[in-house]
Amino acid sequence: MASMRDIKRRKGSVQSTQQITKAMKLVSTVKLQRAKGRAEKSKTYFKCMYDTVVSMLSKAGDINHPFLKQNVSPKKAVIVITGNRGLAGGYNSNIIKLVRDNDWNKDDLIIYPIGSKGRDTFARLGYEVGNDYSAAIEEPIYADAMTISNQVLSDFSSGKVGEIYIVYTGFKNTVTHIPTRLKLLPIKIEDERSADDKAVLDFEPETEEAIDLIIPKYITSLIYGAMVESVASENGARMQAMDNATNNADEIISNLSLLYNRARQSAITQELTEIIAGAQAIS
Amino acid sequence: MAEKFKLTIVTPDREFFNDEAEMVEFNTTEGEIGVYVGHAPLTVIVKPGILTITQGENVRNAALHAGFVQILPEEITILAEIIEWPEEIDRQRAEEAKQRAEGRIAEHSANIDLDRAQAALMRAVARINAAALK
Repeated sequence: MASMRDIKRRKGSVQSTQQITKAMKLVSTVKLQRAKGRAEKSKTYFKCMYDTVVSMLSKAGDINHPFLKQNVSPKKAVIVITGNRGLAGGYNSNIIKLVRDNDWNKDDLIIYPIGSKGRDTFARLGYEVGNDYSAAIEEPIYADAMTISNQVLSDFSSGKVGEIYIVYTGFKNTVTHIPTRLKLLPIKIEDERSADDKAVLDFEPETEEAIDLIIPKYITSLIYGAMVESVASENGARMQAMDNATNNADEIISNLSLLYNRARQSAITQELTEIIAGAQAIS
Repeated sequence: MAEKFKLTIVTPDREFFNDEAEMVEFNTTEGEIGVYVGHAPLTVIVKPGILTITQGENVRNAALHAGFVQILPEEITILAEIIEWPEEIDRQRAEEAKQRAEGRIAEHSANIDLDRAQAALMRAVARINAAALK
């Protein structure tokens, strides 16, 4: 049996780990509340944006706009949103798995990482990594989403990439987060067309020009929405992971306490036996 | 008293304005427009400028920089990427931005993005004008 001192030391170390996980849980709970509020606030904007784009595209009919058709380039730009930190359960690895384990050919991809965990992993695995926007995920602001969307759109129009995808973690509720893959460009009109279009809209300037101007805004809002949801998911995942860790630490501590008490009891028993044996020997 | 329509202004971060109004004026790619209730359905793209909301005696201004507007007869939705009330504008920063943009345009060298500099100038001017209307 391990000595009393060893057990005591292990218990102390588990206890201090538990304090850390408890603190991390509290921090991510607060951050989650904030991120959740932001995700909800951006929803109105996103919904209006989506409705407009749908009605615009359903009206535009079969126009031949570069944003709506496949580019010649076989390359695919993939915006990958992960966290900058670990200790969030499967949050980062689920995203990486989603990019790696599917029908995509590794050589066709250009990764635009938002989040250093994803960036480092894909660089190590030998993927082609484009501009890095990891700093943006700390505090998602709309201006960052604009920079990113300008970058990918200019790569799209210059023919460097033929398709644009975004891979992020959708935030359904505090415990359910869904790794999601979304195609940003080219937009498929069939998918977006809706039957109950509420108004026949006119465009000023002409529809083609309007598509030119509105689609980048639509992409930006998608990227922003993905960033906001990912941050909420990250904190939700971390909160859960840290809650589990705290519970596990509790279990280990109670086992160790039992072992410690047993060891202490047996040490006392042994001492008593020795004293009695000694006293008997004298008399 | 003129009839009113519902005006909603949303940005990615917040709901900027949500109330009834009689008239709203702003700058579009095709020029300035003023919209009353009963306008034909229209979608327009915003150009940096001042947004004026008229509610009876009450007139409010804001600096609207980018986005687009969906006009329906009873309802107007402005999807603004950037919009600010005059009291939120840092006047000094706008002045500096204006000078910087003017400098860039005057330089006229090949390695600057003229469109971007012009857009920056328009934003700065819109901010300064809106701040002056406070």
